[in-house]
Amino acid sequence: MSALVKEQTKPTLNKRPKWQKMGPFGYIVLALVTFLSLFPFYWMFIVASNGTDEISKIPPTLLPGPRFFTVVSHVYEALPQFNQALLNTVYVGTIVAVAQVFFSAIAGFAFAKLNFRGQKFMVLFVILTMMLPSQLGIIPLYMLMGNLGFIDSLNALIIPALVTAFGVFWMRQVIDAQVPNELLESASIDGAGVFRVYWSLVLPIIAQSSFVLGLFSFLATWNDFLWPLLVLQTPEHFTAQVAVNQLKSSYAIDYALNMGGAFLSTAPLIVLFIFVGRRLVRGVMDGAVKG
Amino acid sequence: MSQTAVSRKTNKPASPWKPAKPPKKLNNPNAVLSLNGKWGYLFTAPFFVMFLIFGLAPIIYSVYIAFFNWDALGTQEFIGIQNFVELVADDRFWNALLNTIDIWLLSTIPMLILSIGLAAILHNPHLRGSTFWRTILLVPNITSVLAIAIVFGQLFGRDFGMVNLIIGALGFEHVDFIQGTTSSHIAIATMIVWRWTGYNALIFLAAMLAIPGELYESAALDGANKWKQFIYVTLPSLRNTITFVLIVGTIGGLQVFAEPLILGGSYNGGDSGQFSTLTLFLFDQAFVAYKWGYAAAVGIMITVIVAIVSLINFVITRRLAGDGK
Repeated sequence: MSALVKEQTKPTLNKRPKWQKMGPFGYIVLALVTFLSLFPFYWMFIVASNGTDEISKIPPTLLPGPRFFTVVSHVYEALPQFNQALLNTVYVGTIVAVAQVFFSAIAGFAFAKLNFRGQKFMVLFVILTMMLPSQLGIIPLYMLMGNLGFIDSLNALIIPALVTAFGVFWMRQVIDAQVPNELLESASIDGAGVFRVYWSLVLPIIAQSSFVLGLFSFLATWNDFLWPLLVLQTPEHFTAQVAVNQLKSSYAIDYALNMGGAFLSTAPLIVLFIFVGRRLVRGVMDGAVKG
Repeated sequence: MSQTAVSRKTNKPASPWKPAKPPKKLNNPNAVLSLNGKWGYLFTAPFFVMFLIFGLAPIIYSVYIAFFNWDALGTQEFIGIQNFVELVADDRFWNALLNTIDIWLLSTIPMLILSIGLAAILHNPHLRGSTFWRTILLVPNITSVLAIAIVFGQLFGRDFGMVNLIIGALGFEHVDFIQGTTSSHIAIATMIVWRWTGYNALIFLAAMLAIPGELYESAALDGANKWKQFIYVTLPSLRNTITFVLIVGTIGGLQVFAEPLILGGSYNGGDSGQFSTLTLFLFDQAFVAYKWGYAAAVGIMITVIVAIVSLINFVITRRLAGDGK
């Protein structure tokens, strides 16, 4: 964190050494990494557009085939609720993302900028809770969902995910690093109350970081797999991941069908990533522990 | 932090509204004192209330039922530490533990080396298109484990998987990745490495960018070549970051379950449990065998193991990096 502060007060420290040369080796490695990073997506589409038979021969096809829409229609035959599953995922992901940003930002603000008794202990508590394996409480949580009547309901995915210790901690770091105390001080001398200061000064400054946190929450919710698999039962309530898994379990290994489902559940993320990828990269790097 | 503290100190006399406040008794030394701190309770309350109900209470209850013979049908019989005694004698538990550690090692070590290497390449100021490369690095991380495990499962297939076609073309026998112990661990570790290398490379890159350029310049003046600069300037500066990545990787790595679950298609972790992991074993006991008390005991063991390994990581990276602090 100290490095983060320094970086902002003294941007010259960030200057990279000028005397290094960039040889072809680096580009070859990066090209290889790019290939390896993207190939599984390409392969998903190849298998889904060729069908299992075309893939199960030597040498296998490496080019897109004509059967993509046939395979997609098979996916919808096997699971007519697939669109519903995508909508469910967007619904849960959006609510969770908005709620996490809202609760994390305001709690992070309190931890970063307000002075109240027990503050230190509470921050320590937040950090410690991040270290606990998430599976530790999963059985009682499942029982609790049963008592609340949330089994086979999207509420089981939404309610326990509204707040996370990670989000609060992240927002505290962001506010500590990005919001200057002087600004808040002068506003409060002029008579602005705590909430007013938060709303009209802090929030605009952290808007970018809040967006990034929201995106990560959305992605995590989209990709969450085990908990939805445990609590959801009827296809109307499935999320995209559970739907794809359903394709896997209800048929003998049909790679085209599986990869068709995987492709349909991944494509929205890839499209989203094309628009927000650069911001996510910045978010990851801003949140890094430096030095 | 030090700089912020300094600026705050110099600010103190210029704050006329609370001149008598003794600074040493602050709960939050970075706070803006002109703001009423009492609001802090209200602002953090939603987090604490929700966390207590859906986070902490289940964990405490989990510890409670670990001392019971407790199943989904309603049996609730206090049996003391019997679950733990049984667990320590359970071959499936030790098998899962060894598999987990093996997968963790097979994934963590290559991931760490590759991500630091990639970060070093991206750190080069003459690199063109750095934004593009950085963005590509994050692509594997945003995809679902499920989709990727389906693809890798096919790529590692025995008869027609791409990996085996290449192995065959090189003149070797096809490997049955799923059936073998080490080979299935390699397949799972590959998925983890694929997913996390780029993400961690970005973390390391951010840390490298924060290293003062003067350190490199003076090292260059002393005649250090690129490699020596990397060893003597870059690596020591990454000490905290390596610790951080290792600990986060350990917490995640010791809980690995999604990849083996999808690869095997059940909570067994393969026909002979060859890639059963601790968390997979927990789920098997909780949601297939419905032995909730026993599964809760497994969860506690996982937590203890994560804590121990994290501590070891912490100590070792400190030692290796030298010069303490």
